[in-house]
Amino acid sequence: MAALRGKTSLTLRQRDTIIGLLLIAPSLVIIFGIVLQPILSTLYLSFFDADLGLGRTNIFLGLGNYLDLLADPVFWETIQRTLYFTLVSVGVELVLGLGIAQLIHAHPPGWRILRASLIIPWAVPTIVNGTMWRWIYNADYGALNGLLLQLGIIDKYIPWLTKPFTAMNLVILADIWHSVPFIALILQAALATLPEELEEAAEVDGATPWQRFWFVRLPLLRAAILVALVIRTVEAFRVFDIIYVITAGGPAFGTVTISYLTYLETFSFGNVGRGSALSFLISIITLLLAFIYIRFLYRPEERME
Amino acid sequence: MTGWWRFRMPKSGALLNTAMLTVLVLLVMVFIFLPVLWLIISSISTRAELLSVPVHWIPENPTLENYISILVPGSATSEVARTFKITLRNSLVVATSVTFISLLAGSLAAYALVRIRFRFSEILLIGIIGTRMIPEVSLVIPLYILAARIGIINTPLVLMATYLCFSLPFAIWLLAAFFQTIPLELEDAARIDGCSRIRTLFQIILPISAPGLVSTALFVFLLAWDEFFFALIFTSTVAAKTVPVAIAEFTGRYVVDVTAMMTGGVLAAIPPVVLALIFQRYIVSGLTAGAVKG
Repeated sequence: MAALRGKTSLTLRQRDTIIGLLLIAPSLVIIFGIVLQPILSTLYLSFFDADLGLGRTNIFLGLGNYLDLLADPVFWETIQRTLYFTLVSVGVELVLGLGIAQLIHAHPPGWRILRASLIIPWAVPTIVNGTMWRWIYNADYGALNGLLLQLGIIDKYIPWLTKPFTAMNLVILADIWHSVPFIALILQAALATLPEELEEAAEVDGATPWQRFWFVRLPLLRAAILVALVIRTVEAFRVFDIIYVITAGGPAFGTVTISYLTYLETFSFGNVGRGSALSFLISIITLLLAFIYIRFLYRPEERME
Repeated sequence: MTGWWRFRMPKSGALLNTAMLTVLVLLVMVFIFLPVLWLIISSISTRAELLSVPVHWIPENPTLENYISILVPGSATSEVARTFKITLRNSLVVATSVTFISLLAGSLAAYALVRIRFRFSEILLIGIIGTRMIPEVSLVIPLYILAARIGIINTPLVLMATYLCFSLPFAIWLLAAFFQTIPLELEDAARIDGCSRIRTLFQIILPISAPGLVSTALFVFLLAWDEFFFALIFTSTVAAKTVPVAIAEFTGRYVVDVTAMMTGGVLAAIPPVVLALIFQRYIVSGLTAGAVKG
């Protein structure tokens, strides 16, 4: 009996493997063709002095493009700006998102409307979001100037996007408006699944509201926070669209992030090899960031089902 | 039910607390709606009113002229307005096709990866999800060279094909999370009754995961509708240009035409916002499946 079962389960497993591979085959072919093959080509191109012309012979540079980049102050300034954008936008988004999630979870009057409203900024296309804020920031007719002047906070119109640091922070504000809802929605959904008893027990034991938040609720939210953080950090680190529309990298390179620099190198300056090296570095750094998060925040035993 | 800020206080305190929370709700609502309202108001203002100081918050002569010139054939005053409708159609065609292909290929793969245990299935799933870490900018040059060779630059086809690089792994990831929540017993029962794997998938798993499919379709559609970078690089003529590219061009190539820009923005935002509001429940369940069970 046992021998018989062993035999059938073996053939069953073989058949399962074949069916499994057949089912995955279409996806694997697509992913190989438009992800794996291109990323390997990018890696290959990054070792050459190449341009977009299809006929020219490329000159092999070895690690030349990478060494050039690492020695270039523009590269390091760009990395700094990208990290600033990522840290500030994701940091503020997490704090605000957590706050709004808890606000919804406390079920004050209007919480359902609030939750539905949050979907709107999230669903507005990134490019529309960018043009909207660009118009709001407009130096001559913008709503921001109009509002601040009428409130008496400023006494004359300010050209907001002409100073690099201000421009960067205003791009971040636009990103925050778009992305806070994403984190708030994820976290409020996670909050809704948490057991009430733990916090009630902590309350009975005399824990202050702050202690209950810090020691009971926050650890339980860790898995959800981790996913929100990974997704948002990876997105923010490769930000492109919103910068393209609001500032086009200006003023004076002040809002050029690493993706934007790659775009400029490749499509404006025609340095395909250098652009490939840059874009490959972005992939590496992104993987590294995700890895660090998972290393520090992921505890399999706390995974919620 | 009790928020962490809800202090132990007499009744008047609880009332105060509710009042404070309500104020917070209102503040968040103002933050959400002020920019959107200004977008909509700008789209129904005349250009003269928009370009006035101080700002006219409420337009004195609201007009639908901007919408008419984009939507009603023959009434267009500029080339931008004439072509905008075509870009809307391009976006719709591309996003719908991408959604359809991703769901079809993705559900087969996700089912195989989470329900048929075979060698490499775990590694494959992690590998496929891992491709989400690769940014579009790392793929764009080889894809451009390839597309140019085949001769599909400036056609919707190039976007349908390349958008799969982010939409397919995303669909597999989300569907895998949904499929994992289906009790194994259901499937075992079907298989004991002699259902093949394929029939089990189509007759048991897919019908039960209808909400997951809706949710995945929504997310993929929104991602494809939103995509800008590939569209910017791969399309430059009206034959394939999508809405985000058309809107970005308002700010660049043409003399800044604020009213057209805002009207285009509203029109581009309507499909995703309306879909997301109608299918709110599925958005939240998709976020939960992705985030909590990821």
